[in-house]
Amino acid sequence: MTDQVISVQGIKKRYGEHLVLDGLSFHVERGSIFALLGENGAGKTTMVRILATLIKANSGSAKIGGYDTDSESVSVKKLISLTGQYAAVDELLTGEENLQMIGRLNHLDHRTVKARTVELLEQFDLSGAAKKRVSTYSGGMRRRLDIAISLFANPEVIFLDEPTTGLDPRSRKNMWELIRKLANRGVTIFLTTQYLEEADQLADKIAVMNNGKIIETGTSEQLKSIIGKEKLELTFQDQASFDEASKVIKGQINESEKVISVETEGSTESLRRLLNTLHENQIEPVAMHFRKPTLDDVFLEITGKSTKGVSSND
Amino acid sequence: MTNSRLYWAAMDGWTMTRRSIKHIVREKESLMMAIGLPVAIMIMFVAVFGGAIQTGTDYVNYVVPGVIITCAGFGSSIIAVSVTQDMIGGLFERLRSMPLHPSSLMVGHVIGGFVRNAIATTVVILVALLIGFQPEAGVVEWLGVIGILTLFMLSLNWLFVVFGLLVKNVETANAITFPMLFLPYVSSAFVPTETMPSWLHTFAENQPMTPLIETLRGLLLGTPIGTNLWLSIAWFGGLLIISFIVATILFKKRKTE
Ligand SMILES: Nc1ncnc2c1ncn2[C@@H]1O[C@H](COP(=O)(O)OP(=O)(O)OP(=O)(O)O)[C@@H](O)[C@H]1O
Ligand SMILES: [Mg+2]
Repeated sequence: MTDQVISVQGIKKRYGEHLVLDGLSFHVERGSIFALLGENGAGKTTMVRILATLIKANSGSAKIGGYDTDSESVSVKKLISLTGQYAAVDELLTGEENLQMIGRLNHLDHRTVKARTVELLEQFDLSGAAKKRVSTYSGGMRRRLDIAISLFANPEVIFLDEPTTGLDPRSRKNMWELIRKLANRGVTIFLTTQYLEEADQLADKIAVMNNGKIIETGTSEQLKSIIGKEKLELTFQDQASFDEASKVIKGQINESEKVISVETEGSTESLRRLLNTLHENQIEPVAMHFRKPTLDDVFLEITGKSTKGVSSND
Repeated sequence: MTNSRLYWAAMDGWTMTRRSIKHIVREKESLMMAIGLPVAIMIMFVAVFGGAIQTGTDYVNYVVPGVIITCAGFGSSIIAVSVTQDMIGGLFERLRSMPLHPSSLMVGHVIGGFVRNAIATTVVILVALLIGFQPEAGVVEWLGVIGILTLFMLSLNWLFVVFGLLVKNVETANAITFPMLFLPYVSSAFVPTETMPSWLHTFAENQPMTPLIETLRGLLLGTPIGTNLWLSIAWFGGLLIISFIVATILFKKRKTE
């Protein structure tokens, strides 16, 4: 039997007329990274807030470490930490003061607070900025500080609500590295994201959310087998070459933009074959590029329709 | 058990108070406003209207209690904005996901705000002494002044915590504090109420600022206090209790939205 540190059963949450969560059920194994994947307004934050004991569900049950998030919230609070979607750092305090404040609120003794502050600043690469006010920090530094703060009391389960939204690519990579390190230490990580790639990079298990429902759960491999491979997009100059090309190569066709998307496993061999075919027929694409599957492709595959226009707009 | 809970509640309150004090010191503009504005008002009243308003004593002596009150009102009003900021920023959520009572957040603002009030009031009194204020109060009277002002400021600070909890954005928090700042002007703070039109006079005589100002005047200058001391204690003791209870209820309600 595996050890399920989070188990959620039939959670429903309603705001007025709007059913934001429509019967969510899932489990998270101890020590794993779990990603809740969904676009704006899917209900990710709402689910996190229920698990973090901030709001109550209308029905269903959620347990963390065996404790009910509603009726045993105090026990749950001792196990978890929350890093919300928007950084909860104090702009007017320094990084060090932010950490010390939360350390004291965790009721740790003076010496532990000091030692742990130094340790976390070091670990999150913030020692140099420890004595600077947070208002002078970059977005990436704020995020790191925010997570450092939430780790103060050595929680067993960490909630990270969109930890990389708004970060530049480099900071995002660094954040991924950091999340992996945390997971290696045995903490359970529950993260939400809008990026398929992020879930793919980090998560042991991914749940795809749309309109308040989980529409698919699985490992990143399992999801990929559903949505298919990387695509090569070929763009053609004129209608004639486009028509010609669509006769000789197989792929998804986009008439209006004169684009053909071909599935590829990404090998040079397959690429050469494709270009040769075109060359033999004297067709030259004007542009070509690889496109990784996006969240939209996932929805497209699973629900059979694009989310554009389907997703609720608040 | 109860003891240790009380102990930690006090410690958390102290932690958050330290934070608020750091904010107050670092938000230079707010602090300068909280001190500078009342001082400017006082100097203006004394210099510009001092000759024209007949109060029976030196106008500077007459006006100091009113300036202290205006100053406290202005300083306290900043609390509403700070509370709103904390509620819509992530700090409140973070505290609520931790195993502690998040009301320490409010305690921090109230006591931190009191420190700002105390600094501003001290500066106002010092400037007043420089421009000719001559209090006749002895040690007991001064202690009385400190006591009644403490009650007034704490009750006002809790009231502004309530405002801060009620509104959903910082702009509204700013706007809602505005009427509070005018209340002292429609009292005996700057002119004797007899000089007002009768409807205004009735309001001015019966609003809570007037007994408070008359009490301060009595303590500082030896004018008769009468029932004003008890009226002030009733008004602001009541305000303190009600604001505290309302703030606690609103704060709890914020949890289960
Ligand atoms: N307090 C609330 N009152 C009313 N509606 C709410 C409330 N909180 C969330 N909602 C609604 O619930 C839906 C889901 O919101 P939620 O914040 O959980 O989405 P999300 O997946 O986190 O989106 P994002 O990627 O934008 O953060 C939205 O339509 C939102 O408008
Ligand atoms: Mg969200």
